[in-house]
Amino acid sequence: MNGVHDMGGMDGFGKVEPEPNEPVFHAPWEGRVMAMNRAMGATGAWNIDMSRFSRETLPAHVYLGSSYYRKWFLGLQQMLLERGLIDADEVEAGRALRPGKPLKRGNFTVGDLPRVLSRGSFSRPAQGPARYKPGDRVRAKNIHPATHTRLPRYVRGHVGVVDRLHGSHVFPDSAATGQGDNPQWLYTVIFEGRELWGPDTDPTVKVSIDAFEPYLDPA
Amino acid sequence: MQLRVRALESILTEKGYVDPKALDLIIEAYETKIGPHNGARVIAKAWTDPEFKQRLLADGSATIATLGHVSRVGDHLVVVENTPKVHNIIVCTLCSCYPWEVLGLPPVWYKAAPYRSRAVKDPRGVLADFGVTLPKDTEIRVWDSTAETRFIVLPMRPAGTDGWSEDRLAELVTRDCMIGTGLPKAPQGAGR
Repeated sequence: MNGVHDMGGMDGFGKVEPEPNEPVFHAPWEGRVMAMNRAMGATGAWNIDMSRFSRETLPAHVYLGSSYYRKWFLGLQQMLLERGLIDADEVEAGRALRPGKPLKRGNFTVGDLPRVLSRGSFSRPAQGPARYKPGDRVRAKNIHPATHTRLPRYVRGHVGVVDRLHGSHVFPDSAATGQGDNPQWLYTVIFEGRELWGPDTDPTVKVSIDAFEPYLDPA
Repeated sequence: MQLRVRALESILTEKGYVDPKALDLIIEAYETKIGPHNGARVIAKAWTDPEFKQRLLADGSATIATLGHVSRVGDHLVVVENTPKVHNIIVCTLCSCYPWEVLGLPPVWYKAAPYRSRAVKDPRGVLADFGVTLPKDTEIRVWDSTAETRFIVLPMRPAGTDGWSEDRLAELVTRDCMIGTGLPKAPQGAGR
């Protein structure tokens, strides 16, 4: 979706403000939100692409006006409500009014810890041969799906060169909408800064994205 | 927020979905065990062991896995090398993708709009915000983490560190230099 989360190339957000000696969390609730998200993700209640999409679909003013972990909290609560894992009256009451429902991989316990502290694998058997190889020129498609996609707006329609092939991976555009893994070849594609941002751009800049094969056409 | 978060945790706990003790342990892991010191060890080893460096650049995931970090690395970690000609910078314009296993949780600025919007369009301007200036002819290579691939920068080893041990070198490796928004610390006395 063409949401405000797709920020590459936007102006007007000001300077980057590094924080010296930044703590891991700025308040205890941030840690709880991070941990609840990891834990509920591990129960199989949703996949990572669905959780990204839940944050992208927050109203634009909420997305831009919220801290990172507030967005995570709002996205988490939204997903729990949508799936009927909690109910609105429970949120209002601040406590459970009904017993829990069964979760795909069961409730999250201490024994599940190693699973959330390690990264999963997104590689999946390919559905066919890879169409491109390093060195090939490709054009990012000019597409604007209203659902989740990992093709940022700033490369759409632009020509780049395939740098490397990462194998066949879960396709987020399918996984986010519950249509399964639908594995696709994944490539790093490099674009010249001038191709993306015009002739006045610093000629030393090159930008790559990781692009799934359905995002690309030969060029 | 504190109250709303506590309420949601109560609901999830009472329904049995999550054990709060397990949540405590997740938080503890990211506060004490999984952080940039893991990445720093990888970089320092690469600076002292050419054979390791070669393997690291060829297959970051498999090579880092041999070091036995608390947080096992996934299958999709890619190490990109800075050279006198090329400087790499990592960003996630769409959300906050970051190599958690080797750097821990990302800093606020990495997840915020100014960095995400500008890193791909004006990377030298972003570097200036960090007080970093590079030669005009250095290629600036920005990696937007748009899939499940994660990137970490292998910075150049600082001059004046000949014969240094891995431990000593690791102290020069900052989080930001592994994202590409910083350079390693100068060795004391080198006057860089």
